[in-house]
Amino acid sequence: MMNRLLSVTFGMSVLLIGVVLFSVRRSHIRVEYSVSWLVAAFVMLILSSSDFVLGTIANLLGITYAPVALLLVVLSLFLIVFYRFSIVISDLKDANIALTQKLAILEYRIQDLHEERKEKD
Amino acid sequence: MKPIGPDSLMILIPAFNEEGAIANVVKEVHSVLPGVPVLVVDDCSPDGTRIEAINAGADVISVPYHLGLGGCVQAGYRLAFELGFNYVIRIDGDGQHDPRFIPAIFDKLKTSGCQMVIGSRFINGGGEHTSIWRKLGILFFRGVLRPILDKPVHDPTSGFVGVNKDAIAVFARSFPLEYPEIEALVVLQRRRFRFEEVPCKMRERQAGKSSITTLKSVYYVIHVLLGVFINILKYGERRSK
Repeated sequence: MMNRLLSVTFGMSVLLIGVVLFSVRRSHIRVEYSVSWLVAAFVMLILSSSDFVLGTIANLLGITYAPVALLLVVLSLFLIVFYRFSIVISDLKDANIALTQKLAILEYRIQDLHEERKEKD
Repeated sequence: MKPIGPDSLMILIPAFNEEGAIANVVKEVHSVLPGVPVLVVDDCSPDGTRIEAINAGADVISVPYHLGLGGCVQAGYRLAFELGFNYVIRIDGDGQHDPRFIPAIFDKLKTSGCQMVIGSRFINGGGEHTSIWRKLGILFFRGVLRPILDKPVHDPTSGFVGVNKDAIAVFARSFPLEYPEIEALVVLQRRRFRFEEVPCKMRERQAGKSSITTLKSVYYVIHVLLGVFINILKYGERRSK
């Protein structure tokens, strides 16, 4: 049971690393945003391939059944990744709104200048 | 559109899908306040709002995608700040705010020295054309805001609001994007700005229909409560540094 769970996690880690690297290569993800995913995938990979590391972490956390420690660490990692992306999305939205407002104001002012010039001519 | 004199005033009208009402609103403002510039911020309306507003004699800025109320109002404050206007009074584009009350708000802004004046439908009784649910919501937020603002506010959800150049400068930089009225009050209060209210009457909307549904009302309450709480934390922290 435990070995099967570790194997599945190992497979998912390898798949995630492959998909992220492929996406970066195809420019679907920028390099700076691939780092969080790659770190999370490598931690999953190490934990699922080393009984010693997983056992040590489980002991540190006071968890008797090691796979629970694996799930806890993986969940925590992905929460951190999601939190980081929430910050990125919020920054992007703020920037998007500011640019949109600036664009609308500039368009208005250009039009205003054109009309002023027409009146002068 | 240029500010003229030390009491330069701009009327700001955010509008989304208001082609049926916007022309009347602009014309009414012009008849009450001849020569005062009227800026309509069109929130990427798919209908004829922009054209109707231009034909009625307003200056129009159009944002290229739907920003929502707060984003539109802030665009107006940004332009007013860049052009150097000393006062901005915001009214709704659906005709619910009677422009005949603009002079009362403007006079209060000039004489009281406070940074914001709210046109309130609940001073001296009133409150016509307001649904029971909205009245309940207003009562709730009055209770929430009372200890935060250190004074009662009768109509915290009113969008009929005038601000002076100090508040314009603040709002040009930072303005709540969704449901901005209540949060804006807290933003100003945290900067030790003052507000006053003047009585005014609200009317039925002249065209179109409200986009507020029951679900949105629940979301509104949660969103605004969270926004108020965050603003208290944000500016409290800044002041203590």
